[in-house]
Amino acid sequence: MPLSGAVLLASEAEKNPLIPNANELFWGTICFAIFVTFMVKFVLPKAKVALDARTEGIEGKLASAERDRDEAQVLLAQYREQLADARTEAGRIRTEAQAQRAQIVEEARAEARVEATRITESATAQIASERAQVVAELRREVGGLAVELASRVVGESLEDDARQRRTVERFLDGLDTAVPAGAAPGAVS
Amino acid sequence: MTLASTVLDRPVLANVSTPPDGYVPPGIEEFFYDPLFGSGMFAVNRIVLMMLLMTGLLCLLFGMGFRKPQVVPRGLQNVLETGTEFVRTQIGDEVIGKEASRRFSPYLTALFFFILAFNITSIIPGLNLPINGLAAVPLILAVVTWVIYNVQGAKAQGLGHYVKGSLFPPGIPKPIYLLVTPIELISTFVLRPVTLFIRLLANMIAGHLILGLFFSASTYLFLGYQDGRWWTAFFGLGSFAGAVVFTFFEALVAVLQAYIFTLLTAVYLAGSLEPDH
Repeated sequence: MPLSGAVLLASEAEKNPLIPNANELFWGTICFAIFVTFMVKFVLPKAKVALDARTEGIEGKLASAERDRDEAQVLLAQYREQLADARTEAGRIRTEAQAQRAQIVEEARAEARVEATRITESATAQIASERAQVVAELRREVGGLAVELASRVVGESLEDDARQRRTVERFLDGLDTAVPAGAAPGAVS
Repeated sequence: MTLASTVLDRPVLANVSTPPDGYVPPGIEEFFYDPLFGSGMFAVNRIVLMMLLMTGLLCLLFGMGFRKPQVVPRGLQNVLETGTEFVRTQIGDEVIGKEASRRFSPYLTALFFFILAFNITSIIPGLNLPINGLAAVPLILAVVTWVIYNVQGAKAQGLGHYVKGSLFPPGIPKPIYLLVTPIELISTFVLRPVTLFIRLLANMIAGHLILGLFFSASTYLFLGYQDGRWWTAFFGLGSFAGAVVFTFFEALVAVLQAYIFTLLTAVYLAGSLEPDH
């Protein structure tokens, strides 16, 4: 198929890339129409349904997340309030307990004081009674001794009990008053 | 043998295994294909087969990905949604506003993926040609965009108000309209679709020619040993590296041009929907 240069050059001149061929225009239009129709009528509406569902889902999730967050904040506020209440309550109980403790201590102290007083008093009373006993006994003995001594000294027996006791009493009274002053035996006779 | 016949006699990327006796760079004939069967308007050639293949693949991909769209996307749906959501939010919502975007984003999404699919054939092995490197599809898309933004503008503002707003932008001293109105007329109603058309077409043509240049040069240089010039293979390595790099670059351009075309469609649409922009 060797064509002469002149013919080829002539056909070259007809080959203008800006001029479309009729058959390519026809088939191109068909192809474009098919694809655009397919996309616009069938594919993209279906895709849009999925996209809208996705958008809706995301929005729903965001809304529910916001709701959950609000709920959580309300709960948190509640818990904080309860915690504060509990703290106040604890403080109150502590103060009360301290007061009670002080009271108990005070009461125990008072009781102990009373008990101590009672013990002291009973001891004092016992001592007093014992002392009285001792004094009485001492008097009797001293009296006996004194009478014996006196009878020996005087040489006379004081048989009369009554007289004897009086004498002893007198003597002892004298002793009570005289002993602190230096005991003058002469007062007896 | 004249220079012309040396250059033109040789089919470019065919018969690469025969030892070349002169390097023939790929030219504009790369973009012209004879009918395989059928005739006239219905004639089917390699390009038409590619169009049908890519449209089928696109429909299959999106049909499978969004067969049963899940609320939590996985796999293919996830990947495709990244793309559709990008167009919807970054182009639709961003440029024409959320309200109008609900109406127009589906079309913009379809437009984006259609252009991308018809661009990316430039680096798909076996196809190796951007369908948008041929005038037909870019022209169709530019015309459709032109119709959409004019019709929607007339619908939204009323035909008279839309044309008046486009030709006589408010807030300009009256005499200036002598200058502005012809410019606006040409720019809004003629240059916009023409630039859309040529920008996409020329980018794809240029990209394909660069790739074709690198690959055919690699082949030519690697086959240099058949003429006893074995050392040309080293240059062939360089050429091949360039081809690899530009293959990635072409992928980028394919996405970028789809994005630009879709973005500009959205911008024009936004401009005609809003009165007195």
